[in-house]
Order: sequence, then C-alpha cells, then structure tokens
Amino acid sequence: MSNIPETGRTRRVTIRLVVLQILVLSLLATLGGRLWYLQIRSASEYTAKATGNHIREVVEPAVRGEILDASGRILAANEARLVVSVSRTSLLQQKDGGKGVLGRLAEVLGMPAKDIQEKVRLCDAKTPQPCWNGSPYQPIPVTKEATTQQAMQIMERREDFPGVTAQPTAVRHYTGVEGANAAQVLGYLSPVTDEEVTKSADKTGRERYLPADQIGRAGLESVYDSDLRGTAGITSLEVDNLGRVIGTAGTVEAQPGNNLVTSIDARVQKVTEDNLLQAMADARKVLDKNTNRNYEADSGAAVVMDVHTGRIVAMASAPSYDPNLWQGGITGKDYQALTSKESNFPLLNRAIQGQSAPGSTFKVVSTAAAAQAGYSLTGNYPCPSSLTIGGREFKNYESQGYGSITLERALEVSCDTVFYGLAYDQWMKDGGIKPKKDPGDWFFKTAHQFGLGAKTGIDLPAEAPGRVPDRQWKQSFYDNNKDAWCRQAEKGGKEYSDLIAKENCVDGNVLRAGDAVNYAIGQGDTLVTPLQMARIYSALANGGTLYRPTIGKAVMSPGGELVREIAPHEDGKLPTEAKTLEYIDQATAGVVATGTAAWKFTGAGWPQGKIELHAKTGTAEVEGKQTTSYLTTYSRDYAIVMTISQGGTGSGGSGDAVRRIYQALYGVDDKGNVDTAKALLTKPQAELPKFGPDGTAIVKPAAYTYERPAFADPAQPTGSAAYWTAAGPALEPTRSTWNGSSGRGR
Amino acid sequence: MTSYGSYRQVRLSPQRGAVSKALAKDSPLRKLDWILILAALVLSLGSALLVWSATRGRDNLTHGDPQYFLYRHLTNLVIGLALCAVVIGIGSRRFRTLVPFVYVAVMLMLVATLSPLGSTINGQHSWIQFGGGFSMQPAEFAKLAIVLGMAVILSARVDAGDREFPPDRSVFQGLVAATVPMAIVMLMPDAGSVMVMAVIVLGILLASGAANRWTFGLLLAGIGGCIAIWKLGVLSKYQIDRFAAFANPALDPSGVGYNTAQARIAIGSGGLTGKGLFHGTQTTGQFVPEQQTDFVFTVAGEELGFLGAAAILLLLGVVLWRACRIARHATDLYGTIVVAGVVAWFAFQAFENIGMCLGIMPVAGIPLPFVSYGGSSMFAVWVAIGLMQAVHSQRPIGV
Repeated sequence: MSNIPETGRTRRVTIRLVVLQILVLSLLATLGGRLWYLQIRSASEYTAKATGNHIREVVEPAVRGEILDASGRILAANEARLVVSVSRTSLLQQKDGGKGVLGRLAEVLGMPAKDIQEKVRLCDAKTPQPCWNGSPYQPIPVTKEATTQQAMQIMERREDFPGVTAQPTAVRHYTGVEGANAAQVLGYLSPVTDEEVTKSADKTGRERYLPADQIGRAGLESVYDSDLRGTAGITSLEVDNLGRVIGTAGTVEAQPGNNLVTSIDARVQKVTEDNLLQAMADARKVLDKNTNRNYEADSGAAVVMDVHTGRIVAMASAPSYDPNLWQGGITGKDYQALTSKESNFPLLNRAIQGQSAPGSTFKVVSTAAAAQAGYSLTGNYPCPSSLTIGGREFKNYESQGYGSITLERALEVSCDTVFYGLAYDQWMKDGGIKPKKDPGDWFFKTAHQFGLGAKTGIDLPAEAPGRVPDRQWKQSFYDNNKDAWCRQAEKGGKEYSDLIAKENCVDGNVLRAGDAVNYAIGQGDTLVTPLQMARIYSALANGGTLYRPTIGKAVMSPGGELVREIAPHEDGKLPTEAKTLEYIDQATAGVVATGTAAWKFTGAGWPQGKIELHAKTGTAEVEGKQTTSYLTTYSRDYAIVMTISQGGTGSGGSGDAVRRIYQALYGVDDKGNVDTAKALLTKPQAELPKFGPDGTAIVKPAAYTYERPAFADPAQPTGSAAYWTAAGPALEPTRSTWNGSSGRGR
Repeated sequence: MTSYGSYRQVRLSPQRGAVSKALAKDSPLRKLDWILILAALVLSLGSALLVWSATRGRDNLTHGDPQYFLYRHLTNLVIGLALCAVVIGIGSRRFRTLVPFVYVAVMLMLVATLSPLGSTINGQHSWIQFGGGFSMQPAEFAKLAIVLGMAVILSARVDAGDREFPPDRSVFQGLVAATVPMAIVMLMPDAGSVMVMAVIVLGILLASGAANRWTFGLLLAGIGGCIAIWKLGVLSKYQIDRFAAFANPALDPSGVGYNTAQARIAIGSGGLTGKGLFHGTQTTGQFVPEQQTDFVFTVAGEELGFLGAAAILLLLGVVLWRACRIARHATDLYGTIVVAGVVAWFAFQAFENIGMCLGIMPVAGIPLPFVSYGGSSMFAVWVAIGLMQAVHSQRPIGV
C-alpha cells in the first residue's frame, strides 16, 4: 500500500469538490432565504391562518331587539320556537347524499320529503325558491314549528339523524298587537348571504354578520338593523385537525339588541288600516260613470302624521300581507304570492313608494305659488266652465262654472279654470313657447320648496322621490326619449300617438302651455307620494315647518335605558308668508265646511265647530285607468292623507274613511258628539313609554276598548286574509302625455 | 494500521490512564472531526424534542404513551452512534475490503423487501416488518451501498496508481452497481429515494474526476427520462398530484395541497421566536401530517421560530462544511468519493425535505437527516458519519 499517493486528489477533483461545496452551500442559502420569507416577512399572514385553523367559534346569536309602538306595545317580538335544522355538510357525508336522513326526518315531522329537500338545496341562478341562500356551512332550518315530541324523537335517534338538530331558538314574531298589521313599515328578516358576511368585515377582518344571521330586509327592521341586531356571543374553542375540541381560547357573552320605540300607535294603525280597506271595499261598490264599471280600488295608502314633529302615527298600505310568513324561511308558494302581479305586490309600501298625480290636492301648492308670484289673495279670478288654451279646451270637473271667485273659493270648490288661468298667465310672462332666459317658474319653484320631487328622508328604505315636471325634467326626458319619438314619427303613421310623437320629436323639450296649466292642478307628469303630501299638509298645519318624517322615536337598551333619542328634524320652512298660510288654512277649512269634502264631513255629522278640520280633495286622472282618489287633511295635531288607486273622487273614495279615522282619534261618534274618554289619541304621544326594571315597557291599559264600525264587504272577509286584495295594476300610473291627461280636479 | 489497535485498547481497556491516553496527541480520538460529530449529535438530540412534541398528542400512534416516540428516537440514536463507532473502529481501509459484502447484503435486503417478507405502508412496498413494532426501510441502506459500491469501483484504478482519473470502464461498472438498487427501489415504488440516489450518483461522478461527458450525459439522460415519464404517463396519478400541488396547493386542496399548505402555515406562523416547545397550535392540533417524520421541520419552524429553524439549517451546514473539508483532505480517491457521495446525499435530502416543508419543492417521502424519526434513516446517516470519520482518521497528522 506504499504506492498510495499522499492525497487521493488531482487538481480536477479538487476543483470539482469546490464546485460541489458551492452547490451545497447555495442550496442551504436558498432554504434560509425561503425560511426568512415565510417566518419573518409573511409571519402575520400565516399567524392569522393558523388562528383560523385551530380556533372554532361557537356562536350564540344575540336576541334581536323589539320594535315597540309609542305606548310600549310590542309590534315585533321574539318567540322561542323549536327549530329543526339540517347540516348540509353532514348530509353530503352520507352515502346517499342524505336522502335517507331527509326521508326519515320528513316522516317524523309529517312533511313531504320533497319540501325538506327543496329547503336544504342551495340557491343559485337556476334554482327557484324555496332554497337556502345562507351559508352552506350553516345548519339550515327545516321547520320552526316542531313539537316537543318530534324534537325528542330526533334527539333520541341521533344515529338515524346525523347532522339534524332540534333546538329552541328565538324567532322573529310580528305580534299584530291591537290588530295592527303594519307589515310594510316593520319589514322583515331573511338569512344573510355569504357575500354580505364577507362584505361586513371591518378593517381587522372581523365580520359583523355571522353566517347564521338574519338581517332586516325591509322597513324598520332594515333601517334600524344595527340597533336591533345586538352582538352575538362567541366562544372560541381550540380544535385539532379533526375538529375535536382541545381547549377554550375565550368567551364573549352575547349582547341582546336594543329596542326601538316608534311613533306608531298600534290602535290608530289598526283603525287606519281598517278604514283604508273599508274605503277600498266601498269604492268597489260604486259605479264609475266614465268607464261604466265599478271602481277597481286596486291599491291604496294612508298616512297619519303628527304635524308638530313629522312623526308617523300610522302608515297603512294596501294590499298588505302577513309579515309572519317570513318566519322560519318563507315558503316558495308564499314568496311567489308576495311578489306576483296577482297579489299586486303587497311588499310595496305605497305610502312612500306609491307615486301618482296628486290631483287637486296640489292646488294648495299652486295657491302658495300664485301668492309668491304676486297674485292678490283677495282678488277675484274668473272660473268659467272651460278655458281654451293653445287650441285645446280645458274643462272644469263636470264642466261647472262659478263666475268670478276668490282663490279661497277656488280651493273650496276646486275650480280648475282659475288655476289654469293663473298658470297660463305665468307661462306667458315667462316667455311662453320661447321661454325667457331666467323664467320665474313660480309654480315649479314653489313645489320644490314644498319638498316635492325629492325624497323626504323618512327612516324607511327605498322611498320614491316623486317628480316635479319642470323645465329641467322636460329637457332630460326629451333627451332620453327623443330618438324613440323621432323614429316613430318617421314611420309616418296617422294614429293619435304617432302625431304626438311627431310633435314631441320636434320640440318635446319645450314646456308648453298645456304642460303648465295641467301641472297647476296636479295633473300631467306630476308624481307625489302620500308621505310627501302628508308632510306638506303637516307644514300647513304647524305654521310652515317642513319636518323630516320619522317612525323611529328612540333606541332603548334591553334594560330600558335610553340609548339614543331620534329627535324631530326641521328640514326647512315653507316659502309661504304667514298670511298666505292663514288664507290657505281658512280655505281648506272651507273645503270641509262647505266645499268639496263637506258632504263627507260636516254633511256626515262632523262637529267642525268643536274640532276644526282642513282638507283638500283630489281626483287625479290617469290615462287608461279610473281616477285616483286623493284626500289630504289636517287637524290641529294630525295630518291624514289617503289615496286609493282607481278609487273614484277624492271625497267620494276616501272621505268616509278619513273622517272615521279622525272620529276614532278624537272620540267623535257618528252624530258628532265628542267623548274624549272614547278618543284613541287626542294628541300624539309625546313621552317615551316607561320601562320596568326588567326592561320591558309598561303599557298602560287602554281606558276603553275601541269598537270599530262593522267592517262590511262580502267579497273581502275580515282578518288577515282581507289584505289579499284582488289583482289590479300597480299604483303608479303609466306615464301619459299632457294631451292625454287633461285633468279635472274636484 | 495501528490506529485500529489503539482504538481497540481505548474501547476495551478502560483502565487507569485511559483518559490521558485518549487525550494524547496521537490518540485516535484526537483524529476524529469533533465539530462534525458534535453538530450531528446536537441535531439528533434536539430533534428528539421535536419528534416528542409532534407525537405526544397522537394517541393513535403512541398507544397512549406520550414519550413513546421520544424513547424510540433516542434508542435509534444510541444504536446509530454505536454503528458509527463500529465503522470508525473498522477503519476506512479495512471497511473498503468489506464493501462487496455490505453491498450484497443490502441487495438481498432490497430483494427481500419486494418479496412477501416486505410490507406496504402509504402505498410503498418498501418496509420489512419484524416483531415487536420494529421495522426496517432497506432503501435507506441502499444509499450507503451505492456510495460504497461506486467508491470502490471508481477509485480502484486511480488509487492503484494506474490512472489519474477513473477510466470509462470503471465508471460504467460503477453506474451498473448503482442502477441495480435504484431499479429495485423504483419497483417499490419509492421515487423519492431513487431521486436521492440519482443525485448521489451525480455527486460521486463529479467528485471522482470522471470525464465530464459522464456527468453531463447522465444529467441529460435524467432530464430526458423525466420528460419521457411525463409524456408516457408512467407515474401514477397520486405521484403527479403530489408533484404538482407543492407549487399550487389549490390543485389538490384536500390532499397533498392541504399538507403543504398546513406545513407552510405552521412554519410561517412561528415567526421569529416561535410559539414555544409544545405550544404550536398547528402541531398540537395535528394539522400537519407525518409530522414526526417527513414534516418534522415544521415543528421546529412553528415552535422554535426562525431562530430554531435557522439553527437546524446552520447545523446541517456545519455537517456539510466539515464533510466537504474531509473530502478535500482525504488520502485516497476512495475516501474522497465516499465523503462526496455522503455530502450529495445529505445535502439533497435536506434540501428536498426542508424545501418541501417550505413549499419550494414537491412533496416526497424523504426523511430529514438526523432529525426525522425513523430507525433505518438514523442508522444509515450515523454509519455515514462513521465512514467519514474513518476517512478523516487516516489523514496525515496536522491536517
């Protein structure tokens, strides 16, 4: 072995060993770099992932706050129900995809298996209701009306029902206290979607909604959702990879939601709802001479507002529905019914979403506009039976003439031609068909100042803004429709609508005389909501202050302490001088005493001497439909507005109903005797209800039981079913050209 | 030659004066690379804690004894150390003469694995089970056999002084010696181990001074083979999935992708200083699979943080650095090749294993040398340490 070299290396080997060493070290350096990247640069990201991995949160939902009326009566409460839920995750682990489990469950619950299967499938674009639109990882409620016995059967045979639970759960319940429905005002809840849960995350990534949550989708439930919601209790459990609990990381107690006190009075609400339905039922018995068939009275709305605060005492919309249908997930049949044309969309709150022409109730705005434009309130104006303007004849209602009369009288008898004349005069002064550079536009300006054409800002979602058909609107409408009009005109048709299109194509952006005069009596393209009118008449009653309408009055803690008061908010003043307001006040009182509403008020025993009411009737014409009944009224404390689509004249359609609401409020009987002991609410409730030590409101027992007049309509049985009125078109009229809806107010 | 005898004296005659003899300048103990031994020993001992932490909650594996794997790991280490000592005692030159027997023995074990004697775990027929919970993975020893076999064959003509570099004939014979065990392991199928063996072969070709055409030819053949395997669909679906999912866990979110994602979460969430031994949430929650073996590095990453994980890298670096040093100073080509083969083996296995935990390498069931739980691996790497020490011991004094 002596010939073994001193080392076994040649130069080549040495170099290669160096290469090998460099390779090895670079591998280690790569690992080091990657390690630094993961552990130092990305540490927070992975820490969050690790936390999410091993912490499972068990959520105890917060009890949702109650919605109370002004006296503390509970409108929306929580009920403990036995809820049977199914976990999709467990179902999918079954060999048969859970069919067997659902079948056995259907047997125990006495439901068709198909119903349960439909309830637990996930909603997507192709799946019709019923389906589950909540998180797929959340147990899906199958029924919220399980009996104790059914729950026992399920829990005792757990091996037969993997993933099925039966637990008492708080379920939203709309009490219908005092018979009040108020479905559209209260709104409803439905399960939160995954997307909403993700969106609700705050900066720290903490999600405000839980996958099991229900959130308010409409009405007060939606607007005050964050107050009512409360905070869910969360127990953080440490789990291993198989989900086995290996420790507790922390517990946060559930915080019940706050209660909402509203300005709604349940009893007045009931009276308002009943009388709206009664008025509609009555209207259906009246023959419409124009169409030679009975009025359809397809829908309607009524608002009772506290004139000194803008608070809503009652708000009714017809047709309505039973809000408890949403409880425990709405069934497909019910959902279809609620959203179909057949039921005439009872989810709509027509008091804030129903837009129609106001008819002659708009004349108070026109009167104020005339005063602002400088017309004398004491002067006399001609009221012929008709006026010919721009080659067209504009008639009074039933072509009646009154000679030369004051504006006051014109309001009382609802003389259209007086306002036509004023509007035409103004239109001419503003330059007529070739408008001045800076037209006065008093009639439009005043309407805007009265809050028309804009949302009132009430604490309800999806309010409609209405429309003031001023020059700007006319222009934008023209811009949007010009092409269509001109295309129709090019075809050269000789139909009436073709001629209109031709005319509109040429100068549809110009405010024509017909537009101006029609608008002055609340016709043409004017659209208002009942709430906007209630707000205007409240302002007339309170000396000119426009309040922002509100329903929420205060947010109370579960313990009964005041969290937040929702104070009345003045949005502004009417642009009208005090003497003009007085003038209108007098004129609208005259409407009740001797004017168009007299036959339904003083003529029906209303003690105008004791309790003075003010009113203006409106009968808006809608092309292709029967007239809209509009009645706007106020007393010293309340403004009441009622409207009925295809319901006849303002006084004829709504007069009795509105009077009966006042009768109930002030304790007036049919003969005109006033008994304040029998009054529901002579003044709006100012104070908040008192709360007991347990946080529940102390409701004073009513002094007497209100006996409502017998509700008579053979076609419409009383009770909740009464809300399901027959088919009919929606309240909002189809847009009509001014030529087609030359209005006649009364 | 004398080193063997004196070593024997030290080991077998622990009489008076043994300590001073052991510390004497010409003592065989002084000839060992203690830095290398110490680094490997710290790695092995430290890993006992990681293995313990990874397994103490896994009742289904530990049969209810939380320290089961701790004891087993330490026992493996002791046996490994003993094997190391024996190899050092035999000495490099004498061991060289025994290589044919070692090689044949390992080949027999490999064949036995494929026979009904072997058993299947995780889809690989690569185990031999003994009674009492003892089992063996001969593929680990096959790596040793390849290193030794190739070293003997490639160095023969050079160390005899006939040639400056291994002639093609020797290279070819060496490759045959490597191909036989690789082919058997491939049949198990244990592609991960074959990959390691291929890298060992490359490392040996490089260090032996064999003509470049061999190294590059083999590399090209390997790349071509990979493409062919890909195109011809030789690999089973689960192997391809495993391969692809390391880069994109979403490809296989419940399988391999899940494993790599969980491994990355464990390491990433460790941060600078870690969550503390036994306090890793990913570890106690058993979110990372095979955490005492293939994914043991994630325990260090999560519980000891960057400092702990980097310490493991550092210790591995020390082992490899010392090994490279030994390779450079070896007195014969045989020694150089043996050590270079071991370097390629350790380096690649460490890179693949840790890289897999860090999500930059595909998932393969390859243990982390010294750290992963597993007897066969522990024995093999300590035998390798012994081989390197034996090479180191015969260097001239003063190096």
